Amino acid sequence: MNETVREVLRRIGLATFVSAVLGFFALPLLWLAFAPFDANPGISASLPEFTLDNFRVLMENPYALASLRNSVLLAAGTAAFVVTSAALAAYALSRGRVPGRDALLYVLLLLSSIITGTAAMVPVFLLAFNLNLIDSRLGVVLVLTGGLLPAAIFLLKDFTDATPTSYEEAARVFGASPLQILRHVVVPVIRPGLATVTVWTVAQVWGDFLMPFLLLRDPDKAPASVIMYTFYTEGGQPDLALISTFSLLYALPVVLMYLFVSRRYGFRFHGGIKR
Amino acid sequence: MAPPTSPRADVPLRRPGPAAPSTGDDAAGLGRGRAAAFIAPALVLVAVFLVFPALWTLYLGATDYRLTGIAASDPRFVGVDNYADVLTDEDFHRSLWLTLQFVVGSAVIGQTVLGFAIAWVLRDRSGPVRRLVEGLVLLAWILPSSVIAFLWIALLDRDGGTLNALLGTPGTAWLLDHPMACIIVFNVWRGTAFSMMLYGAALGNVPPSHLETARLAGASTFQTLRDAVFPRIRGHVLTSLLLISLWTFNDFTPFLITAGGPDGRSEIMSVYVYRAALGDGRLGFGAAISLVMILINLAIALLYLRALRARARRPEGAAA
Repeated sequence: MNETVREVLRRIGLATFVSAVLGFFALPLLWLAFAPFDANPGISASLPEFTLDNFRVLMENPYALASLRNSVLLAAGTAAFVVTSAALAAYALSRGRVPGRDALLYVLLLLSSIITGTAAMVPVFLLAFNLNLIDSRLGVVLVLTGGLLPAAIFLLKDFTDATPTSYEEAARVFGASPLQILRHVVVPVIRPGLATVTVWTVAQVWGDFLMPFLLLRDPDKAPASVIMYTFYTEGGQPDLALISTFSLLYALPVVLMYLFVSRRYGFRFHGGIKR
Repeated sequence: MAPPTSPRADVPLRRPGPAAPSTGDDAAGLGRGRAAAFIAPALVLVAVFLVFPALWTLYLGATDYRLTGIAASDPRFVGVDNYADVLTDEDFHRSLWLTLQFVVGSAVIGQTVLGFAIAWVLRDRSGPVRRLVEGLVLLAWILPSSVIAFLWIALLDRDGGTLNALLGTPGTAWLLDHPMACIIVFNVWRGTAFSMMLYGAALGNVPPSHLETARLAGASTFQTLRDAVFPRIRGHVLTSLLLISLWTFNDFTPFLITAGGPDGRSEIMSVYVYRAALGDGRLGFGAAISLVMILINLAIALLYLRALRARARRPEGAAA
């Protein structure tokens, strides 16, 4: 009898806890789910009077779509720099004779973990200022690349280490140059690694607020993260129709990327894709 | 310079394991020269945009560099003045104290306890409830920070916010009255996913027979956790605590919600350094704060490495 009561209480307790967790995590997200489709979006979450008119407001805003394009440019640019230079470096570190290789990787990774954008914002800002990279997308790309490279090299070196060298040896016997071998033999083999690093880089840059906020001045160049912030901090009453649809459009790619990665590489991907 | 909450430090900080058999035999005939040429672009980028700024901080912190005015074009060397100013600055002390509250409250206690509790409750469940809980917790983690920030501003809004409507407390200005509590609860919400996933994986390593034995012996949940579970996941607890402390310490998202206000009552270190350097234009002074932050990061990272090594040294069974 006593056992049954305890069991029932335990179940009630568990159900309460799960409901509370669900409520806590769902509550802030409700607004994002409903407001974009609400004819009169308010600040509180409520079931919408359905409309798609808010998306028209979004299309008409001069900054909204341009900022998404800027986000794509920053993410693609950074991914290009990170993947190319990391692949070259990882390949050489994996296959070549590089003295002090492990120590080098180790120190780079340690540095990239402690020199974060937040901690180093002052020297990074001044560096960009002195290199004439303020208000330049290239500046943002280069700074982000520097921070992401060590982890990217590390991941790609792991992938390269795990592939056999016999193809490369065969290609070499037939007289292929190292660059040819890299392009036609190694890249196809480590493609999953390259895809992982690309998605990871894009996700990092897509959500990043601090660096573009710090280094870009012209709102025409600002990516979605910064434009989103100006939508609700600058100029009077925030336009909720605009903010809600923009949030949804800006957040969607991240969710899609996450779904793609978790389907492709399994759910347990912590440490890989972020946030 | 990735966003600070990036788990990239998780992968990276592990010392590279024993090399694969193929390593070093130069299969593609790179030779030293080409190997160096392949590594050079990456090294240059890292050296210029990551290592140099950190070293430069040492010099910048010793100047009176400013954003505008005479000191902008011709900064003077002022020695350790900035460091002395920072260490005696009232705002710095307040910021340090608020940062400690933020890191301990939201990461060390909030995310860890909630993340573990969710993982524990979900450990032997499957089906829609589990997927829903995990999905929502993950969503909070992956959405862009400026979107999340507005969702919380809307939730906590004084006049029309969902929270006030729900609690029946119209007119309560949460962000003005309790700014620190708001960003702490916010960060628990934001970052619990990592702890949930980590402890979920760690709990998978606890042999079911141990839990069964504990249950048959009539152990309470607390006793089970203490005697059967904790010894198995101890290694994970310490390393994940240090990792999320590092990320939380470097988190800039609270700036998007409270901007440090009102009156600096939620001005954690990341916001303080921004306000001092870019807001007030005192770049030399800001660089000195930057150095302090880098040193704090270094201390946490070194502790993390020690904890990882200790975990690696422990025999397999106990390391879990």
